[in-house]
Amino acid sequence: MSGIPFVPGEDEPGAGNGTAPRSGGEALLSSNDGEPLTRVAALGGIYSNHRALQVAIDDARARGAQAIVSLGDLGAFGPSPDKSAAILKKEGIPVVRGNYDDSIARGLEDCQCGYTDPRDNHYARISYEYTLANTSREHRQWMSGFPRHIRFRMGTGPDALEVLAFHGSPRRMNEFLWETTTPTHFLQAMAHDAGADVLLGTHTGIHWSRRLDGKRWYVNAGALGRPANDGRREVWYALLELEQGELQPHFVPVSYDVETLADEMLDEGLPDEFIETIRTGWWTTCLEVLPGKERARGRW
Amino acid sequence: MARVELAVVDDSPAVELEALDQLWFQVAGTVCNLRCKHCFISCAPDNHSFWFMTREQVAEALSQSTELGVKEYYFTGGEPFMNNEMEAILADTLEVGPATVLTNATLMPPRRARRLARLRDASLYTLELRVSLDGITREMNDAIRGEGAFDRCVQGVETLVDEGFLPIITCMRSWPEHETESYLEGFRDLLAQVGYHRPRIKILPPLLMGEEAKRTRGYDETERVTHEMLHGFDLSQLLCTRARLVTARGVYACPILLESPSARLGDTLGEAARRPARLRESACYTCYLSGAICSNTPSSAGADR
Repeated sequence: MSGIPFVPGEDEPGAGNGTAPRSGGEALLSSNDGEPLTRVAALGGIYSNHRALQVAIDDARARGAQAIVSLGDLGAFGPSPDKSAAILKKEGIPVVRGNYDDSIARGLEDCQCGYTDPRDNHYARISYEYTLANTSREHRQWMSGFPRHIRFRMGTGPDALEVLAFHGSPRRMNEFLWETTTPTHFLQAMAHDAGADVLLGTHTGIHWSRRLDGKRWYVNAGALGRPANDGRREVWYALLELEQGELQPHFVPVSYDVETLADEMLDEGLPDEFIETIRTGWWTTCLEVLPGKERARGRW
Repeated sequence: MARVELAVVDDSPAVELEALDQLWFQVAGTVCNLRCKHCFISCAPDNHSFWFMTREQVAEALSQSTELGVKEYYFTGGEPFMNNEMEAILADTLEVGPATVLTNATLMPPRRARRLARLRDASLYTLELRVSLDGITREMNDAIRGEGAFDRCVQGVETLVDEGFLPIITCMRSWPEHETESYLEGFRDLLAQVGYHRPRIKILPPLLMGEEAKRTRGYDETERVTHEMLHGFDLSQLLCTRARLVTARGVYACPILLESPSARLGDTLGEAARRPARLRESACYTCYLSGAICSNTPSSAGADR
């Protein structure tokens, strides 16, 4: 498979020449060979973990993914943000705009994560300033074209499912949808408003999914950038499969070369706390936004 | 001679409800076992201006809320655990979504904490206990919350932590802003002494109304939200664009404005959701400056830019 063609949405005039759609819009995704999509990989926040990113892409293709979509947040936390951007460009993977990409592209003051805790803000600032300083002008320009949504259809005929991919939620790219704070009726209303059968997002960094009414689903792809605060070193991506007209979301653990990434982070002067997280599988920063249940499952 | 009718024209800005993300319940009315000197609605054992909500009243609003797409449920008072039906109300709520209780934790015997832990563990959703503690020493806290409140509250926190809760400790900032970091350190030390080693702490700005206006000062005339101030402002930072408060008698724009008749927006949730909220009170000015301080986290509300 050689990259996913980018088909501009109707609200993207002038974007029909293979260029990325204008910012803030919605893009469409289809398979390379015109076959209906039945197996799609979704990559959550990458946070500059270029090593896990490459392993995940290779793994998804080995598993027969017809298309791969990135749900945004290319930078943060890890080393050398241009490396992840280069991989996504080389592989031709379409990207939904995450809050980090939005901030980096526009040169905003912060990552729009909304922390108020002084400690969380301290580390968020280090991470953001490092990423902003180390993202090339070319990549920032590229990010400014990321759409807010990517829409695609899985399957054909009456069994087809409309999937809406976004970063945080359909309405806000920095909205946290945690498993223990997001009611089913709320997701159903959101899916209804979005005209989608499957809502596909990330932003929280912990993967989860829930079947809604009928054949509808919410899927949070988790993150490739750091472990899921579960004491394991693996990171995760989501593989959406259509089986007999029903969505089957699978979460795939990704093992990558943690120690080499840790060395790179050390070389780049990134905080020991970040390195501890990828080595232990426990979050050490950005803890304020975790709901009580998710926080209690972690160590810190 | 022609009579001149004098009408009071309210030209304060009005904002529509954008989405009913948060549903608040004045579940204990204005009844509280404490008599804090900074309470913005002067709750006390003998303040019966708003009475307890019944389990049925809450259940009816919960039922409507699922149609309205509510995301989070908050319970306040007064002291919610003064309401005899509070645990049953939480059981009902945790079937449909996450619940947060704003409590002083002074009515938290181990058997209650154990029952709350069982409710939490039986639900897919989180049960958050937000505990008000207004000082890092007995003297500092009890000067505001009354004699004995500190010891009982800290004991309540310990009981909750023993049951695996990570209560959100909230404290009204009664010190200059630049001293906040040293107070946070003080809270961390205090909480570590009762076994709470990774505390969640939320510092709130003071609301200069109710008892707090008597204790320090009230708002002055210039501290109002004007039309001009809303130009280019992210309205989702205001709680009244994302929330409503249900009480035993009517639905209000927000939990802070319980005693402002103009903040009463209807008899039913549906009615109050359709009516815009007026930013006519001085407390709206604090919300404007500080964002929706009542939410558990700033990201519960707020839009990207």
